[in-house]
Amino acid sequence: MEFYRNHILVCTGEPCVLKGALEVESILLTELQKQGLENEIRVIRTGCLGPCNVAPVLVVYPEGIYYSGVKPGDVQEIVAEHLVKGRPVTRLVGTDVEKRVDVVYQVPQILTGQERVVLRNCGIINPDEIVEYIGRGGYEALGKALIHLKPEEVIEEVKSSGLRGRGGAAFPTGLKWSFTASGEEKYLICNADEGEPGTFKDRLILEGDPHAVLEGMAIAGYAVGAEHGFIYIRGEYTLSIERVQRAIDQARKLGLLGKNIFDSGFSFDVEIRVGAGAYICGEELALIESIEGKRGEPRYKPPYPGQTGLWGKPTVVNNVETLANVPHIIEQGAEWYKSIGTPGSPGTKVFTLTGNIKNEGLIEVPMGITLREIIYQLGGGIPDGHSFKMAQTGGTAGGCLPPEMLDVPMDYDELAKVGSALGSGALLIMDDRHCIVDLLKCFMRFFNHESCGKCTPCREGTPRLLELIEKIMDGTAVKADLDLMAKLAENMEISSLCGLGQSSPKPVLTLLEYYQHEFLAHIEDKKCPAGVCKKLQVKGVV
Amino acid sequence: MELVELTIDGQEVRVEKGTTVLDAARSIGISIPTLCHYHGIDAIGACRLCLVDTGGRNLAASCVTVAEDGMEVKTNTPKVREARRTVLELILSAHPDDCLKCVRNRNCELQTLAENMGIREFTYEGEKPQFKQDDDNPAVIRDSEKCILCRRCVAVCQDVQTTRILFPQNRGFDTVVAPDRLAPLGETACIFCGQCINVCPVGAIVEKSYIADVWAALSDPEKHVVVQTAPATRISLGEEMGMIPGSIVTGQMVTALRRLGFDRIFDTNFAADLTIMEEGSELIHRINNDGPLPLITSCSPGWIKFCEHHYHDLLKNLSTCKSPQQMFGALAKTYYAEKMGIDPADIVVVSVMPCTAKKFEMMRPEMDDSDFQDVDYVLTTRELGRMLREAGIDFSALPVEDYDEPLGISTGAGEIFGATGGVMEAALRTAYELLTGEELPGLDFQAVRGLEGIKEAEVKVGDLTLRVAVAHSLGKSRQLLEKVRSGEKEYHFIEIMTCPGGCIGGGGQPIPTTDEIRKKRLAAVYTEDKNMPLRKSHDNPGVQKLYEEFLKKPLSDRSHRLLHTSYRERGKFE
Amino acid sequence: MVTKVVEKFRTMKTPLLSILKELQKDQGYLTEEVLKEVAKELGLSPARVYGVATFYSLFSVTPKGKYIIRVCESAPCYINGTMNILEMLQDELKVDVGETTLDGLFTLELTSCLGVCGVAPAIMVNEEVYGNLDREKLSHLLSRCRGM
Repeated sequence: MEFYRNHILVCTGEPCVLKGALEVESILLTELQKQGLENEIRVIRTGCLGPCNVAPVLVVYPEGIYYSGVKPGDVQEIVAEHLVKGRPVTRLVGTDVEKRVDVVYQVPQILTGQERVVLRNCGIINPDEIVEYIGRGGYEALGKALIHLKPEEVIEEVKSSGLRGRGGAAFPTGLKWSFTASGEEKYLICNADEGEPGTFKDRLILEGDPHAVLEGMAIAGYAVGAEHGFIYIRGEYTLSIERVQRAIDQARKLGLLGKNIFDSGFSFDVEIRVGAGAYICGEELALIESIEGKRGEPRYKPPYPGQTGLWGKPTVVNNVETLANVPHIIEQGAEWYKSIGTPGSPGTKVFTLTGNIKNEGLIEVPMGITLREIIYQLGGGIPDGHSFKMAQTGGTAGGCLPPEMLDVPMDYDELAKVGSALGSGALLIMDDRHCIVDLLKCFMRFFNHESCGKCTPCREGTPRLLELIEKIMDGTAVKADLDLMAKLAENMEISSLCGLGQSSPKPVLTLLEYYQHEFLAHIEDKKCPAGVCKKLQVKGVV
Repeated sequence: MELVELTIDGQEVRVEKGTTVLDAARSIGISIPTLCHYHGIDAIGACRLCLVDTGGRNLAASCVTVAEDGMEVKTNTPKVREARRTVLELILSAHPDDCLKCVRNRNCELQTLAENMGIREFTYEGEKPQFKQDDDNPAVIRDSEKCILCRRCVAVCQDVQTTRILFPQNRGFDTVVAPDRLAPLGETACIFCGQCINVCPVGAIVEKSYIADVWAALSDPEKHVVVQTAPATRISLGEEMGMIPGSIVTGQMVTALRRLGFDRIFDTNFAADLTIMEEGSELIHRINNDGPLPLITSCSPGWIKFCEHHYHDLLKNLSTCKSPQQMFGALAKTYYAEKMGIDPADIVVVSVMPCTAKKFEMMRPEMDDSDFQDVDYVLTTRELGRMLREAGIDFSALPVEDYDEPLGISTGAGEIFGATGGVMEAALRTAYELLTGEELPGLDFQAVRGLEGIKEAEVKVGDLTLRVAVAHSLGKSRQLLEKVRSGEKEYHFIEIMTCPGGCIGGGGQPIPTTDEIRKKRLAAVYTEDKNMPLRKSHDNPGVQKLYEEFLKKPLSDRSHRLLHTSYRERGKFE
Repeated sequence: MVTKVVEKFRTMKTPLLSILKELQKDQGYLTEEVLKEVAKELGLSPARVYGVATFYSLFSVTPKGKYIIRVCESAPCYINGTMNILEMLQDELKVDVGETTLDGLFTLELTSCLGVCGVAPAIMVNEEVYGNLDREKLSHLLSRCRGM
């Protein structure tokens, strides 16, 4: 490797690209050439760096200076001042664009307090270069597994690490692998149909470190005896599809995918399947149906995919983040993994912070961190002087928590206790300007749009819930409607065919429980306390 | 047989491994409500009415939950009752509440469930799906507003019949079961077999009714209205009138029709005997003249349309004989009209059929060899039942009367046309005697009877070993025909019936029609055959007279003009 | 054309979704003829192919505008003003959700989360995603599509 005195990371996560990162990059390259620095300073494209709210973002190493909100017109100054003269352009440093804090070596707040396992390489390496992944120890875990471990030992290691599925259902991964039926033909599927609103972690992992996922897949394939892997990516994720395909091609070229990997006798290859717009395909059996070229409608279970999956063969379906954890567990061991997080939920979790929060974006933290720490430390708190009103954990299919619950530890079991779920790791923060009922309508509209229509409770229950919510917003509901909503939601939860219908009532039930006063204000006083519901806005109401 | 032992509502029960909780419960007299489940056809666990508590956090759909050793199932707890009730209330919230004017009023599974669960008000009210009725064809009406999306029709159409017309379209609340493009059935390769009607728990698919037209004809003094009754109607009309499955009501049906005001009560069985004469002769002709073989029967109109869509290469193998219904129609408006001195323009031919495809068949443009539309109206067994109820005819108290001559004379061979394998058996009875000139030692060909999907037999007829096959349901027929196409199997003669069980399981038969009921109807058919004084078509004196007076001989020019037809190639998809 | 696309996916098992996706590129939607042809080529029933095409929201069986504007209506965008964006678009284009402008240029649709919540509110125009939208950016975007 040649020696460069500086590395400049250009974030090419989607938000940065949308805000002109590529234009900034090309001007940067021209400017460096003009100054004759092209052999001294290397420009590297990276996946998402995290602070999406101040895109586009550049980082200059070795100083580790974050430039944010960089416009094409700023580039010349950065090159002339910082890279030529060594004087960082302070007005662009940091992530709080509004205040332009005069701090030189500021690492964005959102990046402090994180523990990066899955995102270890994200924003550090060029995801389009397999050598950079290998340079950071990539594919060593696969080598270790194939050469030194028997498949049962791989399963045992993952089992004892306590890793649980990161897609939302939190089923122990090692156990799932061990339940796979025997058979000649088996499949491994990476579930990258990330559709949970407010979740974009899988996209950023795929775009920032695609090889970590491929390596995890290969290890999982070895463990369960599958030689064919599929990665099912949402159709909307065009960049992810591109990058993963490139990664597959590169891995094949180096023999890291394909026949007889590392001369171990184990063969494994990966094929991308692209979704076509259906949230339900995140459900494993609906996803399998979709790969089979059918309507993405869930099948009943049992039988589970481990017995009868894709094309009737034993199949393991794991989420992107789950698989990206696997190489680290194999390399550093279950004990190391268990030292992170909580006993019931070991490891880290990638969260996506969205809504009314200063630092929107992606964070990876140990399980068990409290909601308060995430919001007020990593997230920087609620902007514009507003106060925190509600956090929805786990995406639209998760529960909603009030301020009293800010100290709940974020792990699978603790959140389940309060009627919510860790789910996909989406965290939607809402401030006091918003109306709970109005927001619930937004959630239910989503489910109404995404219900597959196969089973009765979800197909017919969701529109009925939506109509009840609209009644409340119109001022025509009576108190008994709240009981009806709760009864309907409770029964949908226990009656529906798949996880969608079983979890879509969660926001209804938690909001009814924690924000009953606000529903009652709509019904009994005909007032919307937040002043959002237009038909209820009366004089004197704030 | 491996057994598992579980408890259901505290009762211990042992069932064969693989049995569902639903069936296990039923085996000890615990009835669990179902809608989407249809025995042997559909198990998708979608409607969620059959929920039971197996101890998990969520309830389980018992129709797809396999009984396991040590399982403790509860089917009647407050939690279970409320969940089921919520499911039912949700279905009702999207269903029109127009039971009074629904064809399936008092024979509707949804209505029965609502009654059983004590629904006294609509808990959830809101938007209901809105769709236009599809009645743009002569046979079947689809009303998607009544559809509860149980998908039983989809299973029948896709898997049993493999016609593959109906399928879920759109998503979520907008889901609708429909053909591609949401096109009317008339623009698709639908064969109008009506099996979807028979499995529909509600009134979302029904036959197109010609009751009003028939009433009008009956009350028109200018019209001479004759009726023919298909073989399978006399063993099923009783069910429609509240009797047990398998009741034989031939004579009562004749009386009832007479009381409705039909001028002559004739029998399709007569035409069935005639079909055997023509088709048997055609078989012999083809065997003696190098084919084309196999000869394939042509009396099931659903199969004919299916063949025209999907098996162009086999059209030449189809018997050119019209179906008995259409032979009858052509003769009623020629031979009978002439004999009676009635202007055929004034004759109205009504058929009572177990079939909805017959409604399509009567409208085929080529079915006008009498220079009129040969058959004017087809009523299903169910429609006749409705007319009888409307007319206030107390069916159980009716005396027994006989068919009219000449077109009401028949044999047992004509009767067994109603059962799968019956046409084959009837043909064998006649072909044997015509070919060998010897009397057939035993009349019953057991090998072609019963509900087995594909049946084969070899029959020694003189020096010839006749290889025959019988298939019923188009799914099974497809399997058989693919083997014929590939050359894996060679036969002289194949009988194809569109509907499972043959006409006794037709799309116009009483609802429900299950395998249990099919078996009872089949038994009734063979009883009726046994009871007949004549059991071979060529012994039918009416048929003999028809040849003497009018047709001269089988396959004569006149036969060809009136009793035979031709087929066309239709598109694979429309 | 259908034959060619089907041939391209010959080695893929159960390739229906991939084939439909590829074929939709041609006219922006899946025509009746194309769907039938696909059914024929793959030996599937047209009802099944149509059932798949109408299940997934990225497939369309009706003609669409040259630009399909999909407004993200998921909660993170909603909180950040999706409704304003939607109203602006409805005003500007004079169409409702699900409709196409008379000149055939724009179709307005809603979509669930596009996974770019960091730049909410976001929309997708054909395959491109645009975020942090306000009235100014939106009208700039529309003008660009209109070629002005």
